[in-house]
Amino acid sequence: MPVSYFLVLSALLFSIGIYGVLARQNAVMVLLSVELMLNSANINLIAFSAMLGEAGVPGQVFALFVIAVAAAEVGIGLAIVILIFRNRQTVDVDELSLMKW
Amino acid sequence: MSADTWQQVVFWILAVAMTGAALRVVTSRNVIHAALYLVGTLMAAAALYVLLLAEFIAWVQVLVYVGAIVVLMLFGLMLTRAPIGRAQKLDNSQRPLAAVCALAVFVVSSWIMIDAFEDQEIALSDAAGTTTRSVGEVIFSEFVLPFEVVSVLLLAALVGAVVIARRD
Repeated sequence: MPVSYFLVLSALLFSIGIYGVLARQNAVMVLLSVELMLNSANINLIAFSAMLGEAGVPGQVFALFVIAVAAAEVGIGLAIVILIFRNRQTVDVDELSLMKW
Repeated sequence: MSADTWQQVVFWILAVAMTGAALRVVTSRNVIHAALYLVGTLMAAAALYVLLLAEFIAWVQVLVYVGAIVVLMLFGLMLTRAPIGRAQKLDNSQRPLAAVCALAVFVVSSWIMIDAFEDQEIALSDAAGTTTRSVGEVIFSEFVLPFEVVSVLLLAALVGAVVIARRD
């Protein structure tokens, strides 16, 4: 099976995640789209690990690290979103524009 | 049908399911539905990892991503009073530009990858190589320092999340 199938699938998922990050209004939806992008990177890593066979085990190890870092990032991101909601009663990213010029 | 044909059939089914679910994640008008479509995407990704002979990663994906991260997202949606049912306005004003940007990223990256890797194959029928044992051996011999650093990172994230989100 050509490896480019998996690479194009991961690029597609990554671009769908980019659309979600840029276009969604709820901050938790933005975090969901970031998870899509991280998953696309994982698919890429595992596809290359399968392509390299025995020498590709570090690809799977890095995919594990990506999953762990994604879990940490989701925890902190949601804590920040909850704090924002507690202070401003909204998680609308259009209204969180205090630091805009 | 040969094994390679079966692999291609399974791959196409998973790819279509994953892409459809991902599109519904970013376009659904109901935020809870979007989180559940993400579960669909992550499960299809786990099945893809099984196809690529990475069963341990597939299981970790189901446990950590679907079992913890999506549940955490649902809690976040509940605690931030996400609109139940269809929301009036769920996308901000940057939708057309976001679509153009996403399309550009997809075209450029897929062109680069097809150009670089167009004739390399994954030999899935050799059924060789990587088992959970070999993943464990590599983690604890070659990558033991990143492993420890990741555990410190998770501790820092845990403490940080508690500190940030507590009431005082």
